[in-house]
Amino acid sequence: MTEQSPPRWASETFWKKTAIWVTGGSFVLLVILSFDSMKQISAGGPRVPAYSVINKDVSYRFDKAKQRYQPTIGNDAPLFGKTLSEEEAEKLVDHGKKTVQAKNCMNCHTLLGNGAYFAPDLTKAWLDQGWGAKESREQMMVNFLLDPEKNARTYGSNRKMPNLDITPPEAEAIVAFLKWMSSIDTNGFPHNFIALGEEDK
Amino acid sequence: MTLQAYQEKAAACWAGCQQKHASLMANPNLSGGQKLAVHYFTVAMVLFMAQLLFGLLAGLQFIFPSFLYEILDFNVNRMVHINAMVVWMLYGFLGSVYWFLEDESGVEIVGLKWGQLAFWVLTGAVTIVVLVYLLIQIGSGTDTSLWLINEGREYIEAPRWADIGIVVVVLTFFYNVAATFAKGKWSGIAGVLTLDLVALAGLYLAGMFYVTNISVDQYWWWWVIHLWVEATWEVLVGCIMAWSLMKLLGVRRKVVQTWLYIEVALMFGSGILGLGHHYFWIGTPEYWFTIGGFFSALEPIPLVAMVVHSIYDAGAHKFKNSNHPALAWIIAHAFGNFLGAGVWGFMHTLPQINLYTHGTQWSASHGHLAFFGAYATINIAFFYLAAQQARGNVWMGGELVNGWRWKTAAVLLNLGVMGMTIALLIAGYEQSFIERAVEGSTWAGYFAAQNHPWFMQAMVWRMVFGLMTAAGGGLLFWDLLEIGKGEQRPAAVIDSEAVNP
Repeated sequence: MTEQSPPRWASETFWKKTAIWVTGGSFVLLVILSFDSMKQISAGGPRVPAYSVINKDVSYRFDKAKQRYQPTIGNDAPLFGKTLSEEEAEKLVDHGKKTVQAKNCMNCHTLLGNGAYFAPDLTKAWLDQGWGAKESREQMMVNFLLDPEKNARTYGSNRKMPNLDITPPEAEAIVAFLKWMSSIDTNGFPHNFIALGEEDK
Repeated sequence: MTLQAYQEKAAACWAGCQQKHASLMANPNLSGGQKLAVHYFTVAMVLFMAQLLFGLLAGLQFIFPSFLYEILDFNVNRMVHINAMVVWMLYGFLGSVYWFLEDESGVEIVGLKWGQLAFWVLTGAVTIVVLVYLLIQIGSGTDTSLWLINEGREYIEAPRWADIGIVVVVLTFFYNVAATFAKGKWSGIAGVLTLDLVALAGLYLAGMFYVTNISVDQYWWWWVIHLWVEATWEVLVGCIMAWSLMKLLGVRRKVVQTWLYIEVALMFGSGILGLGHHYFWIGTPEYWFTIGGFFSALEPIPLVAMVVHSIYDAGAHKFKNSNHPALAWIIAHAFGNFLGAGVWGFMHTLPQINLYTHGTQWSASHGHLAFFGAYATINIAFFYLAAQQARGNVWMGGELVNGWRWKTAAVLLNLGVMGMTIALLIAGYEQSFIERAVEGSTWAGYFAAQNHPWFMQAMVWRMVFGLMTAAGGGLLFWDLLEIGKGEQRPAAVIDSEAVNP
């Protein structure tokens, strides 16, 4: 049988050119979108609050217009009773974030829903009803981080967080990081989450 | 055992390794690049075994939470489990490229000595990183910990010093590939492969910096993870698959290369912006719902195309091939890639369902089948090609001596992974309903879902299938060490394509 050249749409050259244009085009679009996303998610931008938000009351409520949950920023509620400047707040949150990485939290927990599934999500950990009351929350969180075995919160699962040799300054920094993270607008994730203090609203 | 007995045992083991290494280097059946490939494949198999072992330990901790508590905690086991996986897959890819580089370019590898040095540097670095993971595990909240112990970012936990080492090794690999093709023939496969490697190495840089802002952190982290796994790795595997279809079945170059371009267009066309499905919930703008949802829904299309392509080629050649185990694993790859990466990914990729499934065992279910189906399978196929050549290009068709071994290993591995996937899927459904939809994702809701009998049963079944997978892995290792030894028949000769395209 004699060989016939394939139609243009099935030829190697056609698909080679298509592959180059499609790849190039998609990548250029991704770069443009990335510039815009960076603008929107920088700390202090429209979606990710400045680090000094830890001086305020943070909560999470259902927004009827958007039909989804959203973080809300309220009155002054300084963390550990200290109002921090933007720089001090950033330094504290930064220490917390570094500790979360160095202790490898992400290989048990999820943060913003990403990580491992052996322990609860930390996105809204600051707002969890499990802390009982707003007044005692900070200290309970610190105590838990310092000695998770003694202060275990296993909810009957027998799964205990190990002692990770977290120091008191590291524990406070982690709490600051968690409070700041809970204020990020995550497009309604997690859904149906009733924050501490919002039970009757 | 006394210390002296240990030392003697270690010395005997080391002598055995040296002897094996010497006989590999003297093997007349292998080119320089192929000998290097066998080195990569050997370490890949060892890491595969480590992945299985630490996966079993982590899986057991779901059932017995006190198991190895504060000795090897879940986060350590899980980290070694997923890191061993990423690294053995990369070793498999690097080895596969070294394997066919000389054949494809028609010349000897340029700078092979550098490639060999890079292999030892990489293997040394991987050993140190794993030892630090196991023995030191965590550090204080300082930059030093991130540079020396653990970066604490899922999949790319390797400390920064190792990141730099990885980049240097990948650049050496890139030099080998690009310089060899430049000296010899440039083919369509060569072009796609070289450009893909530039992207693969470049993307790794996006994961090599620290930022306080976790939204920004995860934005770039996904550039590495997603654009590796759902774009550049897929294209790399497409190149490997294209070359192996020519070798195994005798498919014409024009056919495989046209398919390769189609796959690149579809894969990058859907996968690059499909990255948006990771940007639904990390603080990023709402437009990612539309972009991520739309393009990631398209991501299965190239995988369907790959299945069509392989079935067409295998059918057109009436399954006549020179290496049965390798072809079986390539078929497993085509289906596994489509099912694991395509179907399982698609099932929970749209934001309307992902709101509930994000961060649950759904992702674990998808991850297990996708990594196995898309990448483990093609690497195993290549290990069999290497074993055949290394033993003198011997017969690997029907009626193989001890042929039960590769068949049983393949059945155990495929069934085992599929079983784990289904068990984790059940756990994922249960978690999405109970923790997310009903309980509103509180910590109490999380544990209500974890304690539920449906979840616990799923974890037990996952363990059963995990053990089956591990048994299959062990058998595979044994088979690769033995297959073809003492075989006298030469490999079946496959003519280049005689059928009409």
